[in-house]
Amino acid sequence: MELFTEIILIAIVTAVACALPGVFLVLRRMAMISDAITHTVLLGIVLAFFVVRDITSPVLVVAAAGAGVATVVLTELLSRSNRVREDAAIGLVFPLLFSIAVILIAQYAGRIHLDVDAVLLGELAFAPLDRFEFAGNDLGPRSLWLMSGILMVSLALLITFYKELKLATFDAALAAAFGFAPAALHYGLMSVVSLTAVGAFNAVGSVLVVALMVAPPAAAYLLTDRLPHMLALSALFGALAAILGCWVAFALNASIAGAMAVMTGLIFCLAWMFAPQRGLLAQVVWRVRQRWEFAQAMLAVHLLHHQATVQAVVECQAAHLSEHLNWPPAFTEQVVRRAEQRGLLVQQNGMLTLTDQGRRFVATILGGDEL
Amino acid sequence: MLSNLLFDYTLRTVALGSGIMGVVSGVLGAFAVLRRQSLLGDAMSHAALPGIVLAFIITGSKEPLVLMIGAAVAGWIGALFVMAIISTTRIKQDGALGLILATFFGFGLVLLTWVQARPDAAQAGLDRYLFGQAATLLERDVAAMAAIGGAALLVLALFWKECAILSFDPDFARSMGLPVHLLSVLLTSLLVAAISIGLQAVGVVLMSALIVAPAVAARQWTDRLGVMVVLSGVFGAVAGVGGVVLSGAAARLPTGPVIVVCISALALISLLFAPRRGLVWNWFRVNRPVARQGA
Repeated sequence: MELFTEIILIAIVTAVACALPGVFLVLRRMAMISDAITHTVLLGIVLAFFVVRDITSPVLVVAAAGAGVATVVLTELLSRSNRVREDAAIGLVFPLLFSIAVILIAQYAGRIHLDVDAVLLGELAFAPLDRFEFAGNDLGPRSLWLMSGILMVSLALLITFYKELKLATFDAALAAAFGFAPAALHYGLMSVVSLTAVGAFNAVGSVLVVALMVAPPAAAYLLTDRLPHMLALSALFGALAAILGCWVAFALNASIAGAMAVMTGLIFCLAWMFAPQRGLLAQVVWRVRQRWEFAQAMLAVHLLHHQATVQAVVECQAAHLSEHLNWPPAFTEQVVRRAEQRGLLVQQNGMLTLTDQGRRFVATILGGDEL
Repeated sequence: MLSNLLFDYTLRTVALGSGIMGVVSGVLGAFAVLRRQSLLGDAMSHAALPGIVLAFIITGSKEPLVLMIGAAVAGWIGALFVMAIISTTRIKQDGALGLILATFFGFGLVLLTWVQARPDAAQAGLDRYLFGQAATLLERDVAAMAAIGGAALLVLALFWKECAILSFDPDFARSMGLPVHLLSVLLTSLLVAAISIGLQAVGVVLMSALIVAPAVAARQWTDRLGVMVVLSGVFGAVAGVGGVVLSGAAARLPTGPVIVVCISALALISLLFAPRRGLVWNWFRVNRPVARQGA
């Protein structure tokens, strides 16, 4: 395989592997836990290295995942003691564990081939250089195998526990009542997040892991209300960001990990602006429509109220409307024109009269009984 | 060790800088923690990275004041984005923070690697903002830190009463006719200033500890805001100076992480042993009556 293809493949697999658990992090409002976990896995790796003395040992991955879960447990212990709020507990625990790891690495710099810069920032361009060889055959980059394995594990867990995860995420109390053991699911999810973080930070660095875990699910969350769609969209956005990011990074000769993070951000921004129902644009359109709708309703109710009364001559005259309703004349004209076009009222000699459709419109607003 | 602090010029400069950083971030961190914005500091310090690099690209200078202003502007934009996402979408605070933190940082990384790939060597040293290098603090750095930090503390002192009410009871503040939104922006801006000061010493990654830990430590000793804020500043300063002295005393001890370990140790001791709120005292209080019954 070509180097470029391999890099893109690793990027795609990593992005998808991060996006799947990320969906549940975003839905369960635990996105910042991923920030903590991605930092503290370094401590697990360093400590395990002191024991096994082999930087490629799989024990390191397990220990790192353990450190991730330990971070979550510590944070929860702290916030449950009621001395510290949850967000402060996160902010207290992970810099400490990360600092200890950095100090340990600095102390034994000669003996650990760990570069803190590489851990935080990742260097995807070098990932294909680390080959996975079996019986003398070159089977491709090691991180591609590692991330594919992690992706398979998390897919298998997702499919097996889909129902439980879904219920525990949206209705924790009901899930507990069904005996789904929310705590077990919670720590299971945390383990998957930690495992993914360990696998991914090798290739793309820990801060990018946060981007890949949070941004694609956040974008998908704005586009759909259904969990399966959200999972699929997140994976798709992650893969898209991976491809675009690699491409931009090669063009600029800049960090691939950083470029992928920027792409996830841009994808989120697009979703934020243009999501059909929840996007900013849709919100503006909806607000404008509401304004006209409300004005027409005001007008229609006003007309109904005064029609066929003595004051009708004064109150229902198009020329006088703006002072009765307290609207600027230009706005009043617009409202009358829109209501006329919609068939809510007719205009004769400057007098406005509700049509049958207009009466029905008012009826729906007032509840129907008053006609 | 202490005589070094008094007579060694470099060490004195570095310790002074870290001390100033500790005071400012401790004082403003107290408000951030009380207002449940502990992690906003983390997000803003990561978000500051593109600002630092962009300030360098635009001005071509590595003057600390210029880079600090760049950091502050980017951190502030990041905070605005977080607030905009929370108020216009159904994504909650944690998601917005993680999103902005990681994407801004990624953008900073792209800019940084792009600048580094250019042939001229003028950019050398920008990457110290990632992890911070307190040891490289010069007198002019410290002067810039003192200027920004002093201004931030002065503004806080001027609006002390308003900020206090806002931190404890925003609804009451609103009912009193205080401009709650403006004040909230003001406090966030001051926090951004504190962060931009600390970045050079401890870096974007560990900055959040200096916002959260002194405040958590101080909170355990007192129920009064004034005392808490002063204590928080003192803890921050002690950790800053202590970290510098410790890392100067032994070989291969990176200053930023040592400062973080110091301030976290202070927080841990406070959590365990502070009178009344300390977990150890609490444990004794809960268990003593049982022991007496047994006897």
